[in-house]
Parts: sequence; structure tokens; C-alpha cells
Amino acid sequence: MTTIYEELQEQANAELQKRHTHCVRVCMAAGCLSHHGDTIKKALEAEIEAQGCQDDVTIKGVGCMGLCAAGPLVSVEPEGILYEKVTVEDAADIVKSVGNKPLKRLQCATNVPFFKRQVKIVLENSGVVDPESLEDYILAGGYAALDKALTDMSPAEVIDEVVISGLRGRGGGGYPTGLKWSTVAKAISDTKYVICNADEGDPGAFMDRSVLESDPHRVIEGMAIAAYAVGAEQAYVYLRAEYPLAIQRLKMAIRQAKRSGLLGDNILGSGVNFNVDIRLGAGAFVCGEETALMASIEGKRGMPRPRPPYPADHGLWGEPTLINNVETFANVAPIIRNGGAWYAGIGTKESKGTKVFALAGQIKNTGLIEVPMGISLNEIVNEIGGGTPDGSQIKAIQTGGPSGGCIPNQYIETPVDYESLSELGSIMGSGGMIVMDSSSSMVEVARYFMEFCKTESCGKCIPCRVGTAQMYNLLDKIATGKATSADLELLEQLCDLVKNTSLCGLGQSAPNPVLSTLRYFREEYLTKIVDATDKQSGS
Amino acid sequence: MSKVTVATVWLDGCSGCHMSLIDMDERLIELAEKIDVVYSPLVDNKTYPDSVDVAIVEGAVSSTDDEAKIKKIRAHTKILVALGDCAVAANIPAMRNPIPVRDVMDRAYFETADVQPQIPDQVVPSLLPIVRPIHEVVDVDVFVQGCPPSADTIYYVITELLAGRKPDLRNRTRPGA
Amino acid sequence: MARRSRIKTLKIDGRDVGAHEDQTILQLARENNITIPTLCHIEGLSVPGACRLCLVEVKGWRKLVPACATYADEGMEVFTDSERLRSYRRMILELLFSEGNHVCAVCVSNGHCELQSLAQHLGMDHVRYPNLQPVRLVDMTHSRFTLDRNRCILCLRCVRVCDEIEGAHTWDVKGRGVDARVISDLDTPWGESPTCTTCGKCVNVCPVGALVEKGRAVGEMVKRQEFLPYLSSMREVKR
Repeated sequence: MTTIYEELQEQANAELQKRHTHCVRVCMAAGCLSHHGDTIKKALEAEIEAQGCQDDVTIKGVGCMGLCAAGPLVSVEPEGILYEKVTVEDAADIVKSVGNKPLKRLQCATNVPFFKRQVKIVLENSGVVDPESLEDYILAGGYAALDKALTDMSPAEVIDEVVISGLRGRGGGGYPTGLKWSTVAKAISDTKYVICNADEGDPGAFMDRSVLESDPHRVIEGMAIAAYAVGAEQAYVYLRAEYPLAIQRLKMAIRQAKRSGLLGDNILGSGVNFNVDIRLGAGAFVCGEETALMASIEGKRGMPRPRPPYPADHGLWGEPTLINNVETFANVAPIIRNGGAWYAGIGTKESKGTKVFALAGQIKNTGLIEVPMGISLNEIVNEIGGGTPDGSQIKAIQTGGPSGGCIPNQYIETPVDYESLSELGSIMGSGGMIVMDSSSSMVEVARYFMEFCKTESCGKCIPCRVGTAQMYNLLDKIATGKATSADLELLEQLCDLVKNTSLCGLGQSAPNPVLSTLRYFREEYLTKIVDATDKQSGS
Repeated sequence: MSKVTVATVWLDGCSGCHMSLIDMDERLIELAEKIDVVYSPLVDNKTYPDSVDVAIVEGAVSSTDDEAKIKKIRAHTKILVALGDCAVAANIPAMRNPIPVRDVMDRAYFETADVQPQIPDQVVPSLLPIVRPIHEVVDVDVFVQGCPPSADTIYYVITELLAGRKPDLRNRTRPGA
Repeated sequence: MARRSRIKTLKIDGRDVGAHEDQTILQLARENNITIPTLCHIEGLSVPGACRLCLVEVKGWRKLVPACATYADEGMEVFTDSERLRSYRRMILELLFSEGNHVCAVCVSNGHCELQSLAQHLGMDHVRYPNLQPVRLVDMTHSRFTLDRNRCILCLRCVRVCDEIEGAHTWDVKGRGVDARVISDLDTPWGESPTCTTCGKCVNVCPVGALVEKGRAVGEMVKRQEFLPYLSSMREVKR
């Protein structure tokens, strides 16, 4: 007897038979799409008609290929030729070149560190599968892990594999995922929930968006395995409304999965029920904080509450709830497929596996990369990232967004893992990495992030609500050369207060950009300080 | 032994703090044996002396004149006492702060004027964009809250300072009373 | 079935105390005449843990914890009044005073205000941060009450009492950060609110002069909060 999963594989294989010898992949993720990736795809389709090679060449829209700086990107398979900065006018030449000599003028080198130094687990399907096709995902081995978990493994065995893998929360906190799962599994309740936190809000970070746009089924599969492991039947993806393409693709993936018996009652004939619904965030950064996120799903104003009780015990509508972010869930299927020990073999002692980073700022190869934990900042920024566009020296690297810090160039050999980054006064965060050169004033960097925290504070607790506003004013005063050393002292006291007394992580980490720039670039603050005998005029 | 020199200053306030000061009644006579009031709205001398031991300042900093005055006072004073809520927190004078000065002036000199509506631009000092408490302009040594602080509180402050101590006002006064 | 509760023994400020397992550090401290300052907390309503004034130190814990939302546990050593906590509490009050119009001299709640009396007892003798000078609207459309948002400290007691006790949920919060403010219904004038029952509970739980009765002069507004424990315990019985 064939299982439901085997039937799905057969259908996918039948789909494969219809395909042609060559496939032209066009990046359809937000970056390339904003450079008219969709019209390029249409032009290519029209061109194969015109050149009469529709029986040899398939045009396929795929997710992010990583090197956003060189977009729009197009690749020709199976040769693996990558073309950069493609325009509609290039369509004819590209189609002509298929099966012949590569088009030299557009070719993008793929034997460079940007491609060679990456290790892709989360992004293994990005830029390869069509995010709008379930068959494509299944052909790439998709849902095999779910099938394996449901048929061959007990929930406890699933959790064991995740524990062995050493996977830690990729949303920023770095809490051990296996421990979180086992806590929720242990909670006694008829109803439990799984939540996927896709409220990615750090400026310059787009890891989760890209995963959802490029490989939405991967996230659904991870959530389904998690739900089976902890004993939940309902999941919510809390997705920010500013990601329309991710919403559209995830909605389509959920519909496809429901139709194929991968979601709904008795999934894959296992007797297990599992549903996923999307809840859209309305643009509040604080809703990425788990208790605020749950309040928002419940229809209340998105404001954090004190923890404990933790969501694992008292979560959505008071029920035990598992919350992980997009990238964490995207790691689950490969771990179950290949075993936790395989995953634990990548990375460092305390930080296992890989991490996706969004490279932005003064760097040549802006885009999305996935690297093994423990790689040095230098390798990421100078080798993979290609250094600054004009070749000048890097001044600092900002990680962790508004909750993180600036790491000066002198620590560029630091390995990227949770502990090393926090020792330097920054955090791993969700994966934003902004590179700054000598043109950046560190006081202004701190002021920028404080402005962000001030406007994104929910207003519930006083230290964060008023403290960030006062810190912003003091930073502005310093940046505009009106502050005295007494103001600097006030700023440092406020950093201490807000860090230690705020209600949630947003407030507690809001001073980090100030503290880290003060730690490494204090002289930049001091040169802007005026010390007059009397205090300055103006407010 | 020479007496301690004391100045009292009236910036933007209602003079209620000075009234409270006078309310010390017969204790003023006792204090007069130890202190010399060298500058005050209540005495004739209109120039601030070169060196004063204690300046007791009522009112907030509202005008260019207030600002110049308080800076001069700070430069020539050992201990500066901010007396009352206007001096400590800008209080009622600062309630105009959310309103642009131009609108404040229009309201006072045009909209409500019966005869000769005009904005005074001579003799009267011009208003600062916002009213500030004294410590935002110069350093302050002792803060005495209250609107106004009671005569007992003021007496306590002066006698503590005379005894060379910093007054602890926690249970003696509060904002607004 | 008789209700059972385990007893925990712990130390607060060096004193040995016994507690029920469902007692918070704040309740326990008050029972033992140890004062921990609070603003958002009020007995009988849910605990938001928002004002951060009741933060205390627990030996061996890295983070400060809110006494209102932390339960007593065996062997805990709690410190409620260290120099560090006093300094944080004063700074939090200074931030509050810097945020709006807290001119006591012309406030109907003068002398009966929890913010004012905390400022006095915690020794906040001046505010080191410049006032943020926000422009916030006063709502006088209600026939009996006034809302002065300039005096509001966002303790959310009004929001909670209206939702949890009166069941009307007339009040909620709009905006973020320092722009957050209390609104009635969907930001309609209070006087036109179709949900407000004019019960006055919000006015009486308000710790400051933000929600007041009309016709009161400076210092005349005295809030009556005795009703709250009674109503909230009746509500529990009914369940």
C-alpha cells in the first residue's frame, strides 16, 4: 500500500517528467522583484515562444538567490550559470545562449567566496525551488521530515533530535529550542498552540521575509513537526503586514498543503490534526516580543506583560504555547531528516548549525547569506561580503539591530556565536548586519537607533516610554554639539536605568547601541561635548 | 565675627515665596543677628554684590533678563538655593511652554487689549522660547519645593545652612504645598 | 473541598516571613508593614507590572523583579530598599514628572495625589530631565467628569477597572511611546461615548488629577477607592 506521502511524491515526479532539459530560474524575491524581476520573467517566456524552444526550456520563478546587490538575478540550469543585473532587453540573448556558450557580458562569477564560503541549510531551497509550487518543494525532499516524524518517531523522539542538534532560537534570544519544546510538551492541557514569529522588525534585516518568500513550505513543515512534538493542533503565523509578497506566498502554500492533506484533519493519514492560520501584524515593532505578540493575536493592544508566567505555561488565551521564529522553524525539517547529530556537527561548541545574515550598509555584496556558526566577522564581511565598496577600512559592524551593538574593526577576527558577540556588548540578534565605514558618526548611529526605540516603545512602562525619549533628546544634544559633560553623565545613568528596569526586552536592550558606542567610540562623544561654565541655552 | 551675607532674588514667580519668607515673623529678628541681607526686592541695594554667601532665588527663568541675572548671581554666590516650585520646576510660568511665544504675546497684548494694542519692545525684557527651572540654566545647590514653601521650611533651610549642614527636606515640604 | 495553600518561608529585608504560595512579594511586604512604592498596582485589578516602582532585588537573581507580579518562594531573600533601588525609583518619578504637566499648585488633586506623595517620600526634590512639553488634549465633554491627559501617567487603572469591573471597556490606549494616550471608545469624545455608564469608577481609581469630577477647585478632589476590593471579591464569588 502506498502512503499519502508516496502518492504526493509520485505526483511531483509526474510533474518532473513534463519538464524540459533546461531551466531558466528568475529570482522573484522582493529585492529582484523591485528591479522588475517579474517583467524579465515575462520577457523570457515570450522569448522562448518567439524562438520556438518552449519544448526545451522551462522558465521558473524562484526565491532569493542571495546576492541582492547584483540583482535582478537569472540562472540557467543544469549548467549553473548565473547572470547579474539582467534587463528586459537581455531576454533574447539569454534564451539564445541556453545550451550554447554562456553570455559573457552578464555572467556573474560563482567561484567566489560569496558563494563558496556559504553553508546552506535554511536557504538550501532558496533560489532553487519555485516558492509557489508544492511539487517543487516535494521534489527537493520537502515534507519527508514530517512524514518521517509522523510515521517513525514518537513526539519524545522528535524533541530528542532537536535537543541533540543544539539548535537555539534564531529570533535573537538564543534560547535552546529543544528545551523550549520539551517544556511545552510537558505542560498539561487539552489545548496547546504553536506560534511562528514572523514579525521581523529590525532595520536592515530581511532574513525571515526572504525565507517566507522563497521557501514557505519549509516553515509550514517545521511548524507541523513542532506541533506534533508538543501536542498542539493549531498554529498561527504572526506575519507583519508590510510583507505582502511573503503573505501571498505563505497563503498559497497553506492552501496547497491543505488540499494535499498536509494540513487539516488526519494529516498524511497519521491521525494527527494540524492547522495553520495567518495573523497580520499592524506595524508595531514591539509585537515581535512574545507576550505582546500573543496579546495582539488575542485582539488586544500589543503590549508586553511581565514574565513569568512564560508562554510555555500560560500563553495564547492562557494555554501552553510554543513560540519560535521563522528561521528556527526552517531549521527543523533538515534536523529531522538528517538527524540532530548531523546538525550538531556544524558550528561551535555552544552555537550549533548555521545562521542567516542580511548584509547591509557600506559593503560590496549586500544580500542574504548563510554561514556556519563560529565563522569570523572578517570572513563574513571582507571575504563573503567583499569589504566596503570603495575598499576603505571598515570602522564598525552593527549586529542585532536596535537591541544590538557596534563592534569595532579591532575585533574583526571574533567568531560569530552567541557568547562571543554578547561579550563584546552586542548580540547575535535575528541576523541583521550593518557595515559602517569612516563616514559614519557613531553618535549619530546611536541617535538613529534610539529614535527607532523611542517611536516603537509601546508606552506601557515608564523607563522605556519616557527614558528612550529623554535619551534621544540627550543624544541629539550631543550630536548637535550643545551638550555638556553633565548631559553625558545623565545619558549614562539613563542607559543603566532603562536597561535594568524596563518591562520587556525592547526596553531592556534599547540602550545597547549607546552603551556599545560609548564603550568603543567614547572619544567621538567627548569631542562633541562643550564644557561651558554655565549650561547651554535651548531645550 | 562678620555676618553671613544673604541675597534673595525674584525671577518669574508670584512673590508668594517672598511673602512666606516674611511670614517667619519674629524669627526674622533672630536671623538678623546672624545674617546680613545684601540684596533683595525688600532692600534698597539694586546691584548684586561681588561675593554673596547664600542666594535664595524665587521664580523660573522666563526672560532674557532672568537668564542674565541668574548667570551673574551664580558667578558671585557660594550657595544657591532654588526656593519654591517655580525655581525648582518652572511650575505655573512654564505652562505657556507648549504655546509659541508669539501666540502668548498676541493673546496678552492684542486679543485682550481694550486700548492701544501693541507688543512692548522697550524696557520690558523679551520672553525666552520656553520657561526653564533654574537648574537647567545654572547649577543649584539646594532645592526647596513648595508653592510656596512654608515659613517653617524656609526658617529650617536657613538655620541648617548657617549651621553648615545641607538641609534634608524630605518630610518638610513637597511640590504644590 | 477545603482550599489548601502551601506555606513558604522567606526573608524580606532580613526579616523572616511566612507566605501563602499564591501571595506576591508586594502583598507579603504590606502584610508585614514593609513599604514598597507602587503606582499602577491597585488591589482588586489585574497586574500590569508597568510602573516599575515596585522592583525589588532577590539574592542570587540577576534581574530586578516587580514585587507586584512575583510570587513568594521558599528560601527567597528579598531586598526592597537598597540605595540602588531608591535611586532607580527617584529616576522613574523624575521621568514621569518630565513627561507631562504635573504642576501640583494648580491641580484639583493637590494633597490627595499618589504621584505627589511618592515624590515627597522618595525624596525627589527636583527633575533633572527637561520637560518634554507634549501637546495633549483635555476632554471636558462628559457631563460630570473631566479627563486631563496632560496629567495622565498611563498607569492604566481606568482602562482596567472599566474593563474588568464595570465591563464596559470604554477606555483603551492609542499611539505609541510618549504619544500613547488614553482614549474613550474609538477616540470619540467621552461625552458622546455610547459605552460609558457614567459609573465614575475610573475617576476614583485614578491616582492623579487626570480623571476628576467637574466643579472641584484646587486640592478638593478626594478619590474614594474602598469600593474596589469589595466589588472584585464579589466578582470572584459569582464565578
